[in-house]
Amino acid sequence: MSATGPDARAIAAAVRAGERTAAEVLEEHLGRIAAREAELHAFNHLTEDAARAAAAAVDAAVAAGQDPGPLAGVPVALKDNLCTRGVPTTCSSRILEGWCPPYDATVVTRLAAAGAVAVGKTNLDEFAMGSSTENSAFGPTRNPHDTTRVPGGSSGGSAAAVAAGFAPLSLGSDTGGSIRQPAALCGVVGVKPTYGLVSRYGLVAFGSSLDQIGPFATTVADAALVCEVIGGHDPADSTSLPEAFPELTPHLADGVDGLRVGVIAEMMGEGISPDVAARVRSAAEALASAGAVVEEVSVPAVTHGLSAYYLVAPAEASSNLARYDGVRYGNRVDAPTAGEMMEATRTAGFGDEVKRRIMLGTYALSAGYYDAFYGKALKVRTLIREDFDRAYASHDVLLSPTSPTTAFPLGAKVDDPLTMYLNDVCTIPTNLAGHPAMSVPYGTGDDGLPVGVQVLAPARGEVAMFRTAAVLEGSLR
Amino acid sequence: MTGIDLDRWEVVIGLEVHAELATRTKLFSAAPNEFGGAPNTHIDPLTLGLPGSLPVLNEHAVELAIRVGLALNCTVQRSVFARKNYFYPDQPKNYQISQYELPINVDGWLELPSGQQVGIERAHLEEDTGKSTHVGGGGRIHEAEYSLVDLNRAGVPLLEIVGRPDLRTGEEARAYVSELRAILVAVGASDGKMEEGSLRVDCNVSVRERGAAELGTRCEIKNINSLRSLGRAIDYEAARQVDLITAGDRVVQQTRHWNEDDGRTHTLRSKEEADDYRYFPDPDLVTLDPDPSWIERVRLALPPLPAARRHRLAETAGVPLEQTALIVERGLDELCLAAVAAGADPARTITHAEHNLSDERARALDPAAFAALVGMEVGGQLTATQAKAVLAELVEQGGDPVAIAAARGYEAMDDAELEGLVDGLIAEHPEEWARFCDGDGKITGFFVGKVMKATQGKADGKAVTALLNSRKG
Repeated sequence: MSATGPDARAIAAAVRAGERTAAEVLEEHLGRIAAREAELHAFNHLTEDAARAAAAAVDAAVAAGQDPGPLAGVPVALKDNLCTRGVPTTCSSRILEGWCPPYDATVVTRLAAAGAVAVGKTNLDEFAMGSSTENSAFGPTRNPHDTTRVPGGSSGGSAAAVAAGFAPLSLGSDTGGSIRQPAALCGVVGVKPTYGLVSRYGLVAFGSSLDQIGPFATTVADAALVCEVIGGHDPADSTSLPEAFPELTPHLADGVDGLRVGVIAEMMGEGISPDVAARVRSAAEALASAGAVVEEVSVPAVTHGLSAYYLVAPAEASSNLARYDGVRYGNRVDAPTAGEMMEATRTAGFGDEVKRRIMLGTYALSAGYYDAFYGKALKVRTLIREDFDRAYASHDVLLSPTSPTTAFPLGAKVDDPLTMYLNDVCTIPTNLAGHPAMSVPYGTGDDGLPVGVQVLAPARGEVAMFRTAAVLEGSLR
Repeated sequence: MTGIDLDRWEVVIGLEVHAELATRTKLFSAAPNEFGGAPNTHIDPLTLGLPGSLPVLNEHAVELAIRVGLALNCTVQRSVFARKNYFYPDQPKNYQISQYELPINVDGWLELPSGQQVGIERAHLEEDTGKSTHVGGGGRIHEAEYSLVDLNRAGVPLLEIVGRPDLRTGEEARAYVSELRAILVAVGASDGKMEEGSLRVDCNVSVRERGAAELGTRCEIKNINSLRSLGRAIDYEAARQVDLITAGDRVVQQTRHWNEDDGRTHTLRSKEEADDYRYFPDPDLVTLDPDPSWIERVRLALPPLPAARRHRLAETAGVPLEQTALIVERGLDELCLAAVAAGADPARTITHAEHNLSDERARALDPAAFAALVGMEVGGQLTATQAKAVLAELVEQGGDPVAIAAARGYEAMDDAELEGLVDGLIAEHPEEWARFCDGDGKITGFFVGKVMKATQGKADGKAVTALLNSRKG
């Protein structure tokens, strides 16, 4: 098991009250990183110097009687697909190795403004494409609970960093489950907010209509706090919703009395490990005994989620990743002509999984195939949204496993993309619908490894989702 | 290659015009939209296509697009931005954000000065690319030693205006572009400068035998940099196609490059090997659905447009529509209307505006002074020549036409004085007078010239001619 320190709210409270310094908090976490990072490889890049400067600034503010903000002195780790000014942002790809953005992502700016201290950039599957963090060009991250196992992915570095106590908070991005699945496998809380509630400005795009940034934390309350800090309208993102993030913290203790909870039938049978399904049932019982009305509900279209996702996400990716051509930034492989230079650069710069998805997406958008593939996938997407709408007409939140299994051994699925893709079967439909969902640690499976329960909600349904998560968290105490 | 037999062949022309919109910033970012500047200075993360950058639509560009759409009698509709995917070094994201299935403006028309209506299929928003300079190897990308990319222009808002194939001659095509440019300038959407590339014309040309129901295979001509080139390129391309067909060959659909130096079009690429652009809706942008009340506000704020101004002038002055084109183009229609309203003779007013007011300062002419001048001429106090001179001075310095005429000594000649002068000349030149009496019209100028010389231009040529005729007996 991993050892984590105090949670973010406790740290911020102590720093704001002058009981602890941000510098002291930072050194404690840097110490934990020094002890275990070589073994886990959660980070692509550490920013100790900048972190020490940021911590000193927080301490100076406190000393001057100012409030550095709700995350005062809290170390955070950032997925390495979030742009950080002057700090390498690689997406774990050779093609961007060494590239430093000239600007910060909106979420990075908002975290800093709230007093958080960024400690480094975390490992991921290249361009967030994968479910194990084994697709990183810089080597895999290992699960802090069992280093022979994967941490999940694609935000495996961010999940492992929180699970290992390297930072009480981290940010990831979730296109098809890339926050929730590694959260489940690493035994931490992971949230994918409603599409549009957190700005994507400065998030290196994978599947733009699916990508959403969210937090990893050790507690539900910490995750809520991060959502409140990073969420809300941003004029720099045209898909950003014109509203603030719903206030969560005041509702965390509201309980679930009378809340209508549906367990998704399609996600409890075939393909789901029985020990994982058992934990979900146990979570449902806990909610029922806390006063919720729990029943099974069918959301038929979710069974088509995976197929639709593997057309929509690669199609968008094939276009989003076209800009990596060696002309303006990133690595370049020289060749006699511009076209050959682009080809050589992309051949050398992208890994196999990225190439596979670019090819899939290019094919799906091709003239003559668009209607059969991309067009049809968009129709499935509508069906999934409609089926969810029907379920939410009579339920406030839904429940399912986050991942079909607990953490699997490194190398177990890396040569079999289709098996790997099945890891996200429970998480993908939410992205297609644009809804929020989160993973809450709920005990362990037969192998003693963490199991996550997924709480799903309709668009802007974060309050009910967090209330449910808080009750689940409390039921384990 | 020779001119084609227009009795047998019909040329069909459709134009695609790209107009750079006169916004302060680019279509999707705050980088400046300015012509020129040191290479790669009008840039920002989005212009460079940096990872993580996102487009945010420029509202002013949308307003300008709506203005143009309304001015072209289009329906302004809900529209969607799509990505057109292709790799090119001066295309920073390797896709261009454009409008594909749902453009902002559809189904309009414009009216040429001749009164001919030309259909507009669509006018959609898109972003411009950067500029490549290929160094070595004759300036073409394939043989170049290296290429330089300037992204100052990348992301500049363009309105692509796709005309229907309603044009039949190079002259009509030129008139269409002139009219379109006048509209763009009138509504403030673009500066319309072809030489700076803010107006770029691609031209689709096909030929068919007269009476044929089907259109012929078309070729698209690029790199047309002036109105003159447009006419030349069309004439060349139509003749080339007719020659092919006449020789038993067929026209291949392709994109051709106009070469100003040799006056020919050259194969650029065949459509049969064209790229698949893999269009799909851009997930970084939302549907553009302008509020109807916004569209109405834009409509109400539109200035009077060239066609309407031509009609108004023609009706008010009672002249043919064609005669108003140049006057409206020079922006002198308001002046003419005001002068006529102040009592000036309409026909004389129009003639002066068309022939004697090419000076740009003419627009500032005082309509009352202009009307007074026309009145003096029509009333016989000034000759046509004198009126022209006074008008020129009015344009240059302003003032009162009566005072200017007096200062110049332009007093109407006494009838008796003129009669004496003419009779004297007849007596002095009996041979010439005999020829005049025999009906030799050419000799009229001899006598008029003598009178003008003697009077230092004060005499009215028409009056002299009338006097000569009356003396014939």
